[in-house]
Amino acid sequence: MLEKKPVIFLLLATVVILIGTAVTMIAPFKWINDPKLKIAEVKPYTALQLEGRDIYIREGCNNCHTQTVRPLLADVERYGEYSKVGEFIYDQPHLWGSRRTGPDLARIGGKYPDAWHLKHMVDPQSMVPRSNMPKYAFLQRPLDTSLTEKKMKALKFPSTPAELAALTGKSELDAMVAYLQKLGSDIPWRKSAQAAVLGDLKNPFLDNKTVLPEGKAIYEKECAQCHGADLKGGVGPSLADMDKPDSYIFKTLFGGIPAGGMPAFGDSLGKDRIWKVASFLKSRQAH
Amino acid sequence: MNQKEGYADEVVKGFITWSLVWGVVAVLLGVVISLQLAYPQLNLPPYLSYGRLRPIHTNAGIFGWGVGSFMAFFIYVTQRLTKTKLWSPGLAKFQLWLFNVIIASAAVTLMLGMTRSKEYAELEWPIALLIVVLWVIFSINIIMTIIKRKEEQMYISLWYIMAALIGVAVLYLVNNAGIPVSLTKSYSAYAGANDANVQWWYGHNAVAMVLTAPPLALFYYFLPKSTGVPIYSHRMGVIAFWSLIFMYLWTGAHHLLWTPVPDWVQTLAMAFSVMLIAPSWASVFNGYFSMNGQWHQMRENYLVKFFIFGITFYGLQTIQGPSQAVRTFSAFIHYTDWVPGHVHMGTLGWVSLIIFASIYYVVPRIYGKEIYSIPLVNLHFWLAVTGQLIFSITMWIAGVQQATMLNATNSDGSLHYSFMETLVEMYPYWYGRAFGGIIYFVSMLIFVYNIVKTVNGNSTNAAIKKA
Repeated sequence: MLEKKPVIFLLLATVVILIGTAVTMIAPFKWINDPKLKIAEVKPYTALQLEGRDIYIREGCNNCHTQTVRPLLADVERYGEYSKVGEFIYDQPHLWGSRRTGPDLARIGGKYPDAWHLKHMVDPQSMVPRSNMPKYAFLQRPLDTSLTEKKMKALKFPSTPAELAALTGKSELDAMVAYLQKLGSDIPWRKSAQAAVLGDLKNPFLDNKTVLPEGKAIYEKECAQCHGADLKGGVGPSLADMDKPDSYIFKTLFGGIPAGGMPAFGDSLGKDRIWKVASFLKSRQAH
Repeated sequence: MNQKEGYADEVVKGFITWSLVWGVVAVLLGVVISLQLAYPQLNLPPYLSYGRLRPIHTNAGIFGWGVGSFMAFFIYVTQRLTKTKLWSPGLAKFQLWLFNVIIASAAVTLMLGMTRSKEYAELEWPIALLIVVLWVIFSINIIMTIIKRKEEQMYISLWYIMAALIGVAVLYLVNNAGIPVSLTKSYSAYAGANDANVQWWYGHNAVAMVLTAPPLALFYYFLPKSTGVPIYSHRMGVIAFWSLIFMYLWTGAHHLLWTPVPDWVQTLAMAFSVMLIAPSWASVFNGYFSMNGQWHQMRENYLVKFFIFGITFYGLQTIQGPSQAVRTFSAFIHYTDWVPGHVHMGTLGWVSLIIFASIYYVVPRIYGKEIYSIPLVNLHFWLAVTGQLIFSITMWIAGVQQATMLNATNSDGSLHYSFMETLVEMYPYWYGRAFGGIIYFVSMLIFVYNIVKTVNGNSTNAAIKKA
């Protein structure tokens, strides 16, 4: 019957397609826009951050990096607190991605200091030897700011003439780093995550030289990119002659120094391996 | 007979030619970017980096090769099933021209970094507007031909064609809504979780309306044409059609499991994804049962194996897809290389095998030539299947390994591997994938060579003319 009436067929097919659309595409707006899900600390992008975000889009970073931490153990330990609806309300478009060829970046903000990102973007392999990320040295060119004001207005983000004027002289790389440092850092998750990490602070490997090779290996993989293979420093300070107790070293490795750009390694390395790195560092002290 | 009926077949030739061009480009770019993942020094920023080339690969594949071929066959099949000349051959000629302008400008603008970033909807608004024009004139031409048809009954293929025309229009318009800032830059009209949900409602139904309905239309038409046997069950076709286009639209959020999108949307997507096994497999069985008593044609008829392998990959794809859409399995496998392995079984195995066979069927008929070499067709087939299987199986193993490593914990609950330790383990698989891709690329070159030789050949075959 229907097979002889194309117009009715087309109309009916449209209705059938629109039912699922209405329920799963249109209705969710009401749930997602619930005012209760708003997070007061989450702020719009600044002009520099927005330009950085547009470069992230232009270079297709979202083809290899996601921006959503799932409420799953491995995700939360590796990347940080799981993502919330309210954190994305200024993201037009969203950049959640679909493939983690590289790590998730939803909580990259504040993990490393600017200097780390600057070096890493220019030559990723200099920081992470076997990384397959392309080099983005060309981003050191000047930032094009001709559309910035229009962009901020289009997205209804606040900006002042002084802020826009301050963009002159910035490079594309500066904008990119400003964007990366904002990602996921609006809510104070690092502080609350850090408060919970302390436990027994007695080094179980005290005077145990057998763990030193493993400590060294972990150091070379995780720490040398900033503190140097010889411990003499680089992006981070020199560790060759620090006169600190074991417990201090452990605490710093476990919880990081958020204000100083030292990442926390507690969740990714665990107590055992952190004590091994601490033992290695102690073994290398000059005195 | 085709000439006598006055069917508009010149434009079919045009679309087939250009879809071949874009198909070769898509697979070549696929090989290039697979090598870039394995050897990062092959990235030549700014224009030739993975981040900019990958969208050109997907756009050339889905829209250049896929949609280009479907435009050819929608025009070819609709005229024959309605026993009616195309409503406006002039409009179709303009459509071919516009299609190529769009795909070429897509490639150029994406290389220049002009992108909306949303997968399979990357093109900036001026090109998106041209695509709307393209789709409207295409749809009008096909629908008017159907309305003016001389054959009262509309065969299954025409239903899938009409559904695809409507579906793509709805999806594309909604997901491309944006706020232009300049000719080359716009922002999505939606933000955050809303934007993600709209995007994957679009993204997954692009799979339905571009990579499922059109190849099914071709399958239902060209399988009986090639074998000389009718489709097993018309009624099963009816039920499968309506339940497929009803259920598909509920499943987009299975791309967003465990994200901030509301839980109930995710749960619905999961449930409907599993339910989709039924209509998908109805088409698979319709294909298999049609072959009852005819399986010897797999040996004797060089086209049949394309259709049967194609529908088999479709069947596997529609089992694997729903399993990935289940929360627990998604938690494990999502964001790993398993997913590209899955996608390429669908595109290289299912969609492309059906298009290959349809081209092999149609080209000799509209040019009045005999196929140049059947042994080359067989070589093409086996290389394509081998390349695709190497690609997909490599990626599935890679995905399982990386997922296992990423989830491994020590006895104190900390993670056993850093991200880099898992990435380093992927290199051997990435070499393997590139190898599979190269085999597939070689199969494409053999295919194109065979088609070019066929078109340029002299022999006209009386046997073919009766089709």
